[in-house]
Amino acid sequence: MSELAPKVDGVVEAEVTKNVGPWREAWRGFRKSKVAVVGMFIVIFFILLAVFGPSIAKEGINDQVMADRLQPPSSEHWLGTDDFGRDILSRIIHGARISIWVGFSSVIGSVVVGSILGIVAGYYGRWVDVVISRVFDIMLAFPSILLAIAIVAVLGPSLQNALIAIAIINVPNFGRLIRSKVLSIKEDEYITAAKGIGMRDVRILFAHILPNSMAPVIVQGTLAIATAILEAAALGFLGLGAQAPMPEWGKMLADSKNYMQSAPWTMIFPGIAIMLTVLGFNLMGDGLRDAMDPRMKN
Amino acid sequence: MLSYIGKRLLQLIPVLLGMTFIVFMIIRAIPGNPAQVILGQQATEEAVAALTAKLGLDKPWYTQYFDYLTGILTGDLGESMRTRAPVAEEVWPYLAATFELALFAMIIAVVIGINAGIVSAWFQNSWFDYAAMILALVGVSMPIFWLGLMGQWAFALELSWLPTSGREPVRDPVTAITHLYVVDTIIAGRFDQLWQVLRHLVLPGLALATIPMAIIARMTRSSMLEVMRSDYVRTARAKGQKMFFVVYKHALKNAIIPVLTIIGLQMGMLLGGAILTETIFAWPGIGRYIYEAIGYRDYPVIQSGILIVAFFFVMINLIVDLLYSFIDPRIKYD
Repeated sequence: MSELAPKVDGVVEAEVTKNVGPWREAWRGFRKSKVAVVGMFIVIFFILLAVFGPSIAKEGINDQVMADRLQPPSSEHWLGTDDFGRDILSRIIHGARISIWVGFSSVIGSVVVGSILGIVAGYYGRWVDVVISRVFDIMLAFPSILLAIAIVAVLGPSLQNALIAIAIINVPNFGRLIRSKVLSIKEDEYITAAKGIGMRDVRILFAHILPNSMAPVIVQGTLAIATAILEAAALGFLGLGAQAPMPEWGKMLADSKNYMQSAPWTMIFPGIAIMLTVLGFNLMGDGLRDAMDPRMKN
Repeated sequence: MLSYIGKRLLQLIPVLLGMTFIVFMIIRAIPGNPAQVILGQQATEEAVAALTAKLGLDKPWYTQYFDYLTGILTGDLGESMRTRAPVAEEVWPYLAATFELALFAMIIAVVIGINAGIVSAWFQNSWFDYAAMILALVGVSMPIFWLGLMGQWAFALELSWLPTSGREPVRDPVTAITHLYVVDTIIAGRFDQLWQVLRHLVLPGLALATIPMAIIARMTRSSMLEVMRSDYVRTARAKGQKMFFVVYKHALKNAIIPVLTIIGLQMGMLLGGAILTETIFAWPGIGRYIYEAIGYRDYPVIQSGILIVAFFFVMINLIVDLLYSFIDPRIKYD
């Protein structure tokens, strides 16, 4: 009996895993990592803040009460007020909306453009691949923040242009990732089969190759949102992103510079908000990587 | 090996050409009439026409690009519109300031990062391991400009331990020879001044070092953990060698290669990341040079500044690639 037991166990286990789809399996792996789950909760928290922020913090974010200028944290203003007497907590809550928006939309932009270019390069190969890959190489030859600054220098400083710049600098990362996935999937038998039954290229690309390349894109995308939020804050801090009076976290930090000594809370809290959001996406991205693609570890 | 270096240098040519093209496009891509945008709305028509002619914007783009390229090849990086000085001449002090800062930051990052990674792997799952890895995670998520501001507030303004900003004591400026002030003060034998210069380096250096330090620590840890499980490490320990010796002599040698890749990449990133640190600490480096140029719409400086940083970024990555084969003779290049 004892000899039989492991065998039976093995069979049962095999059946169980067979019934579980790849997404559920990934979720199981993800759930195992406590750190990743913490990251996910941080991300959910900030997304909720972005969505429901305006109804939580009803206080007008641009209401200037000069009598309340640079007040330290108190029961009335939990995180204090800035140099215009504006409530910092309200501004941070509203700022979540800007950062989350920039993070998601710029990364979605890079994924869409990167996927199209990567698929075309990987699937068609030859000179198309050479041209697209060289362009990626050249873009990656610039330190990313510098390229973003160059783009904003051309387009003019604004939140929208900062978003566009961040989206552009991330395109080659996704493009390369998708290209390499396409190159390996292209040789799979089911693609040969699809070609054999006369399926058109476009359908093969978008119905078969793209969905099968998605796992690493989701992982990379989560981590890229973290970087995008940091980059947007950096551009805002340099005065090249969001402009006054927008409650953008990086811009808030830049404004706090002159009051650092007399009112350090104007600097401390926006920084913590940036760090927590970025940390959340990083933790979640790491967890997703371990869960969805064990080979990508490290 | 030599043929590999040659091949890599040849591959670099299209990348460098592409880089110059992107940088060349910076002025040309400005919406509207670039000369008008640069000079502002109040500019007279004559002034706009003169600048258009000076920048060569009235010629076809391929002629412009060809002129730009021949200019770069002969060392002509344009002329600053603000100072009227050739960029190639005025850029060196800024570049030296950034190199000094980046190198200092890298030394901090490497020394602390590698050692933290080693000790974390050595005492895996200990409180040190957990603390170091949590710090490293926070470190990679840290906006360095915020860290810089916090450091400035805590250590310069509140505690007055370190200078708030700048590169040298205002009342006792360093006599520049190489523009690397640490070197300059040593050459001059002014060790009191060297101490001051080092004090100025600490805060911006630490701010800049945080992210690479965190990344290096994480990479070293995972790389060491892998190596520590290998047979030869077990053999070394079985022979009764001291653990310290096993870790630092035997294991580290093999674990260091992936770490070096990261160090190389980070060195390049430091050049770009320096722009934020330099803005906070009024560090007169290349990042600040470019940043100020944006404020003055000094496009020749923006162009050449970006090109110079990107050039060094590419070169550092190339050197790192080439270094592998010296460190790990198993890597063979075709």
